Amino acid sequence: MTAELVRGQNHPLSEARLEVRVSAGKPIVAGATLSDEHGKVHGVEWVAHPGAPTLPGLEVSRQAAADHRLAFDLDAMPQAVHRVSVLLALPSGVGGPVRFGTVAAPFLAVTGLDGTEIASYTITGLDFESAVVALELYRRQGAWKVRAVGQGYAGGLAELLTDQGLPEAPQLARSINEAVAQGLARSVAAPPPRTPDADRPRHAAAPAQGPDQAHGGTAPRSASGSGSPQQSPYGTSDPQHATRADHGAAPQPGPASADPPAVAPSAAPTADGPVNYTHPGRQTAAPPPPPPTAPEAQPGQPAQPVAGDATGWSMDERLYNQVWGMFEDLARTTAAYRSAVDFAESRMEQELDKVLSDPRNRIGGQGDAAREAARAKHTQLVERAREALERDLAQLRAEADVVELALPPAYARWDNPVWHGYRVPMEIPMALRLGDLHLPEGEDLRIPMLVRLPLERGLWIDSGCSGSGEASLADSDELRALALETAVALAARILAVYPPGEFSVHVIDPAGTGASALAPLVGSGVLAAPPAAGAAGVADVLARLTQRVDLVQMAVRGGASDALPPGLDPSEQLLIVNDFPHGFDDRAVTQLRYLADEGPAVGVHLMMVADRQDAAAYGPLLDPLWRSLLRLTPVPDDHLADPWVGHTWTYEPALVPPGSQVLQQVLTQVATARRSWNR
Amino acid sequence: MTVNMTKGQAISLQKNDGGTLTAVRMGLGWQAAPRRGLFGSRTREIDLDASAVLFADKQPVDVVFFRHLVSDDGSVRHTGDNLVGGVGQGDDEAILVDLARVPVHIDQIVFTVNSFTGQTFQEVQNAFCRLVDETNGQELARYTLDGGGNYTAQIMAKVHRVGAGWNMTALGSSANGRTFQDLMPAILPVL
Repeated sequence: MTAELVRGQNHPLSEARLEVRVSAGKPIVAGATLSDEHGKVHGVEWVAHPGAPTLPGLEVSRQAAADHRLAFDLDAMPQAVHRVSVLLALPSGVGGPVRFGTVAAPFLAVTGLDGTEIASYTITGLDFESAVVALELYRRQGAWKVRAVGQGYAGGLAELLTDQGLPEAPQLARSINEAVAQGLARSVAAPPPRTPDADRPRHAAAPAQGPDQAHGGTAPRSASGSGSPQQSPYGTSDPQHATRADHGAAPQPGPASADPPAVAPSAAPTADGPVNYTHPGRQTAAPPPPPPTAPEAQPGQPAQPVAGDATGWSMDERLYNQVWGMFEDLARTTAAYRSAVDFAESRMEQELDKVLSDPRNRIGGQGDAAREAARAKHTQLVERAREALERDLAQLRAEADVVELALPPAYARWDNPVWHGYRVPMEIPMALRLGDLHLPEGEDLRIPMLVRLPLERGLWIDSGCSGSGEASLADSDELRALALETAVALAARILAVYPPGEFSVHVIDPAGTGASALAPLVGSGVLAAPPAAGAAGVADVLARLTQRVDLVQMAVRGGASDALPPGLDPSEQLLIVNDFPHGFDDRAVTQLRYLADEGPAVGVHLMMVADRQDAAAYGPLLDPLWRSLLRLTPVPDDHLADPWVGHTWTYEPALVPPGSQVLQQVLTQVATARRSWNR
Repeated sequence: MTVNMTKGQAISLQKNDGGTLTAVRMGLGWQAAPRRGLFGSRTREIDLDASAVLFADKQPVDVVFFRHLVSDDGSVRHTGDNLVGGVGQGDDEAILVDLARVPVHIDQIVFTVNSFTGQTFQEVQNAFCRLVDETNGQELARYTLDGGGNYTAQIMAKVHRVGAGWNMTALGSSANGRTFQDLMPAILPVL
């Protein structure tokens, strides 16, 4: 039972061997003074501090720290000692806080040797004080007691010690501070926070060395002979070492420093810059191979497009950036064209109005001529705009042709030959193709719609009538089947591009209506479990995923990701919900909304295959759910806007070509890899 | 070779070798003038903003300024807002124009400078506006704003189509306003 002391309160101590634990959040100095029955400290030898940490029956820390454990053995105290004062002080002259008002209230606990707390005391109300007498342990009628004191001193240790009657107080305070400063200098400073950006300049500089040096540096070294000071700082005059270094194997920091002057310039840390700990002869990360660049264009001709002609660390990243660059270029060139056409039209209308309102033009051919001129101006401008657009479209088409063929599976269409050479990947790709985007000005120019992985939003495959011409033609049952097919193709693609064991797919199909469309997933055995059917199945799957989100969230917030239960599947999860809201009760709908809101942050994603009309009974309650999902359509539909100009783009899903076996082949490989991974 | 332009002077952007310019940069640089007085070393921060207004047949079609950094068609790009001005020679704000990609109906691009914080140009030092050939970094024209008067905005220059190429005219007419919108009445007469 801990006694929480307030200032002035005392508490009996039953044990003689004690610890006083101090925590303050910032490094502070802890010490203790011994005094006789009159409260007088006899001399510096009666003060325990970092410079003299041990006294009979008492030991304090040697340096300033945020947490202290002071050990006491009251039975070993000299008989003359009647009082032990525990004091705390802020280290001075080391650039830390200078008053207790700016640090957290210090907390002290008197504990037994087994750690049980006997009494505790939080020193509150400190402000300008930089030293404080925290506690007193004192003899009273043959027994020891503890008292909470909390007496602060704005004058610091010197004032505190003077108050205790110590004549040499200022000198002692000075020597304590010196001991502390030395202690701080000895201690290892915390490394500066490592930001991802901190690495960049070095990486960015690496390619500047040129491709030769980037790969182990063998070529220039053998060309320039051994002992080149910049490249081998260990003086490779010894032929043995020279050979070693020349073969790019880690140069040995051995005794072969036959050329010390060569060592000095590269090895000595510069005075002002941070010390470079990287081995000068070793590359920490291989810089990326230089991107393929387009060959020099013929004068007057656009450059020949090359796949991967963009910045990035890997081919994946370069292609991703190139595709997004093409997306932006197409958006902008179309904006230029549309703006020119709009302008031409509004100018023509104005001019025609003017002709009409001028009474002189009503008779004779004058008006006709003016009208003709206005129309001609319009046609001419539109033609020129179209010309500029065609020029850009042709260039983008040529680029799209080469880029499309170079795409990795995660970015490629299902009819891309890359899928026939599919191998289960070892790394999560950067992005995923959800489908194609195009604009009416260039129907044949398809931009791959790539989204970054892991998915940031859930997906909604709209199986309802979208209202656009093509969609209304399709029979509603057909549309539902197509929507599920789209969902299956997407889920299969995600499963294929994640390494085995990094992604699990769950399916809720309450009425079993999707059995045929889901067959590729079910048949190949890539699902985590068979599709859940009926209200019980829905409730079960949702409960498990909700619990998972909850647990992972708690672990992430508590910073204890290793405390998750051992049975928990660490992979990302995708939940496909067919026929929503069939089989859903209110509780299940609430859980689904929770998953949509909280899931993506902890790797649980949602893919709804639903017609919003089916859930109309819920009214506006579900609007936030629909809004939070990225809407995709099983048929081409114009509902997506680009982030630059806001054109409306037509989305087309990435479907497997009819009759193609590529999906089955890929899923069979995925299933095999998963089985062997699980074993 | 740099041409130090005077008000109203026009230069052609045809290159000396006969080719036309494809990309130009309109750079703006300034320093806040130190105030005299008790705290003589203290300068007050001045936020000048460069803007470019794209006109088609005297109608504003698009504008590039600190809240819309890229014209919709992508041909005119602002490098970003600088709130305090610079210390040295370089451009503090710049607007890049890809002349070859400017939409066909755009025939004039007007560059303006506004004092967003409201100080007049009397408090600005070493202010300049220059046109640089972006392909080789060569300065084509420079216009100095020093000794500015009691106004908060200036219509710097315009780049306009002449035949198949472009010309630049230094305008240097003063106006008052916080952003380019306030300047519209002052811009229209110079088109």
